[in-house]
Amino acid sequence: MHASTSHPEQRLRLERVTKRFGTHTAVDAVSLDLAGGEFFCLLGPSGCGKSTLLRMVAGFETPDSGAIRLDQTDLTALPPHRRPVNMMFQSYALFPHMSVAANLAYGLKGLGLSRVQSAERVRALLRLVRLEGFEARRPEKLSGGQRQRVALARALAREPRLLLLDEPLGALDRALREETQGELRAIQRRLGTSFVVVTHDAEEAMALADRIGVMERGRLVQVGPARELYERPASRYVAGLLGDVNLIDGRLGRPEPGGIRSVETALGFLRASGEGEAGNPVVVAIRPERLVVSGEGAGLQGRLTEATFLGDRIRYRVEMANGSTLRASAALPAAGPVPSVGETVAVAVPADAARILPA
Amino acid sequence: MSGLSQQAPPTGDDRSSPVAPAHAGRRASAERMEAGHRSASMQVKVSRGLVRGLPLLWLALFFLVPFAVTLKISFSSPATAQPPYLPVLEWDGGLEGWREFFEALDFQNYQMIAADALYRDAALSSLGYAALATAILVLIGTPTAYAMARASARWQPILVALVIVPFWTSFLIRVYAWIAILKPEGLLNAALMKLGLIAAPLPILDSPFGVLIGLTYAYLPFMVLPLYAVMSRLDPALTEAAADLGAARARAFFTITLPLSLPGLAAGALLCFIPMVGEFIIPDLLGGSETLMLGRVLWSEFFSNRDWPLASAVAVLLLILVVGPVVLFREAELRREEAAEGGGR
Repeated sequence: MHASTSHPEQRLRLERVTKRFGTHTAVDAVSLDLAGGEFFCLLGPSGCGKSTLLRMVAGFETPDSGAIRLDQTDLTALPPHRRPVNMMFQSYALFPHMSVAANLAYGLKGLGLSRVQSAERVRALLRLVRLEGFEARRPEKLSGGQRQRVALARALAREPRLLLLDEPLGALDRALREETQGELRAIQRRLGTSFVVVTHDAEEAMALADRIGVMERGRLVQVGPARELYERPASRYVAGLLGDVNLIDGRLGRPEPGGIRSVETALGFLRASGEGEAGNPVVVAIRPERLVVSGEGAGLQGRLTEATFLGDRIRYRVEMANGSTLRASAALPAAGPVPSVGETVAVAVPADAARILPA
Repeated sequence: MSGLSQQAPPTGDDRSSPVAPAHAGRRASAERMEAGHRSASMQVKVSRGLVRGLPLLWLALFFLVPFAVTLKISFSSPATAQPPYLPVLEWDGGLEGWREFFEALDFQNYQMIAADALYRDAALSSLGYAALATAILVLIGTPTAYAMARASARWQPILVALVIVPFWTSFLIRVYAWIAILKPEGLLNAALMKLGLIAAPLPILDSPFGVLIGLTYAYLPFMVLPLYAVMSRLDPALTEAAADLGAARARAFFTITLPLSLPGLAAGALLCFIPMVGEFIIPDLLGGSETLMLGRVLWSEFFSNRDWPLASAVAVLLLILVVGPVVLFREAELRREEAAEGGGR
């Protein structure tokens, strides 16, 4: 799927990149290998170092140690204006005293284009982001969505080998954001340029990226496709970042055949998948939609305290015997009874959906 | 103190006063309350009026009235009298007195100024000094303000304080100190000779060069501060975006930072140019007797020649000279705003 062979010149490699601000380590020995033509997302809460990492690739920050390479070129010591990399800024940073066309043409100077070629490139960019007819406008006379598109087009003007996007949809309202996500993907596919997006929004990361890199306090803690991170998170941090999850503390039992392990928890013995030393404290993580709530049947016994109808699904809260609460959600059955609040219910935990994580 | 306490009523209000009957005290206090209500709404009106009127009153009292007096004196004739000009308006002269008063006013002083090349030369040379010094200030102030705006957040307040600190010393003393630096046996010449750059002391003091040094020194903060105010508010992402789009530092500065700082540059230039045209202390202390500037001409007409009418006429011309640039600036500003409005379609 990753077009690594077709775009070797777009291959970004980070080698133990580290950045400190005073005593605070903003980025801690991050290594990463991006295939050419890939849509990659750096995900994490604010302050996790993802923006600093992006700014180091753009050249606005210098790593204290480590190297940044694009294919064979070492970017680490290059100033920003010499890097074959462009960035779309979170604030868009459109030049307020220039028209849209002048903003788009700003980066074309020094590329050796003739006047006619420049004008043609600007027209093509306006077409790409569907802003034909807006060339004479000043940025202040544009809507938020239009500004976002000008910023994207301007960052693409120099045909970068790698495009960095800092929270590209952060300033847009919800409805516009979803529409723009699709557009951004379509443009990336059409151009085949590698995109690296920084975001704190897991849903956005999952909607956009081929692969997601999760950052936690300066470290890159897990890298993989959205589904892999969602279903097989490496830690409770990653599990919690990518969506709602039930976390149950326990102690790991002996290995059994089939890779399924038994975990002793306050709710009783749970069967879950994962690795670890027997006897170690662990956490069992399970997504609400993988729990099966039924009126009668096998599973952990509990009392239904809340059932919220959400249209396409129902969200349950089940109070367990030890006082803890499990959150479950289920697609609405086509027919038949739904457990009602106050009833005693059984919560089944499928062993393949329950993941064993380090405590 | 003892006289005061004798006149003042005994402590406590009338209600508790043993002399006044109780009901009378109540009525009095009710009246007071009503009066208080009325005065409260009055107070709101008055304070609103004050907010609007006070600046106008200030302008009228301390600018318009003195200017009217100056304007009137500029149309008068010098006289060996107290005050040293004629006519003086006689308030009890009636209509006839007013008529005589206005008939005695003329444009003679202005005609004299027009006829005498000295005033024209002084005006031109004042404008020249002010323009040249403003240009130097732009050249020095812009990189200074830029460096301040790019300094780390910890350093910026310190740098601003350093720019302001000279204001804590008297202007006169600071200009006076330059004499010690610029005079033939002063610090600057001594340093240049020690370095072997010059063989004999340069006559910097009492030369146009000395005046320019003084003007540049004294007015630099007025150039730097408005520029810094604008530059420090520019989004740093703008210059980063320029660098990202392939612009080296210099191109980013001249295409992004400088155009966006023009309002600060214009404000600083006006703030320096206007007072420099009429500057008196600096040319007087550092320029020697040869330097011709309007401020000095005005001073000598007023104090040496005691020709108040002529000095007033020079003052009026000076005002016109310095108001000119302001009006031009305002017009350019308005045109620019209109252009921005129109450009948006």
